Amino acid sequence: MLELYDNALNVPEILMRWYGDEAQNNYGAFIPFVGTVREESGIEGLSFDIYEPILDRWFEAWQARAKAEGAMVKMAHSKGDVKVHESSYIAAIFSPKRRTALELIGAFVEDFKASAPIWKYDLKDGERLYAKDRSTPISGSGLLGAVQ
Amino acid sequence: MVHIEFLGPMNKESLDMEASTLQDVAERLNQDDEVKAWLQTCAVAVNDMLVSSLDTPLNPGDKISLLPPVCGG
Repeated sequence: MLELYDNALNVPEILMRWYGDEAQNNYGAFIPFVGTVREESGIEGLSFDIYEPILDRWFEAWQARAKAEGAMVKMAHSKGDVKVHESSYIAAIFSPKRRTALELIGAFVEDFKASAPIWKYDLKDGERLYAKDRSTPISGSGLLGAVQ
Repeated sequence: MVHIEFLGPMNKESLDMEASTLQDVAERLNQDDEVKAWLQTCAVAVNDMLVSSLDTPLNPGDKISLLPPVCGG
């Protein structure tokens, strides 16, 4: 399940709903990760662009990987502006046993940071500034730059 | 004609061009100084599938997307 929202996530609603939806499905472990915008460098918040067609494909591949281990992955993310101390990201794994959930949540969040087609901007002094220094080229980048 | 989209912070209007492979697209984009600065760090998708070869064949109507470095969360 992939959920995209305009602006900040309603974290209690999402987590309670996910928990309730899976409570009777015999998962022994539920591990959520919540990402919250921190106050740093004088920013007022963050802003996000998402390219949904490729995000959908990336997430479908992760659903298949989790399913192969008897687990389930869920994710929610914000589009547009999210203020300091609001949350923009939730990932969660449900699995029969804790070991699978602990391993998958780490692998999922790391791959998300490296591969999900989402772009982050700092909101500062009325400007929307691409967070270039904190961004990661997707694996295989540079293909078109190899030609002079 | 193929359709080229510049995603996220590239902030550039899409363009259409004649191309039979990604090699043709690369040669054209390397002539654009504004775009060229991004090419070393951009991933490329054809019809929303990431690709890894300049020999990737293109067909009329194909959508080519350039994806600059990402940072979700």
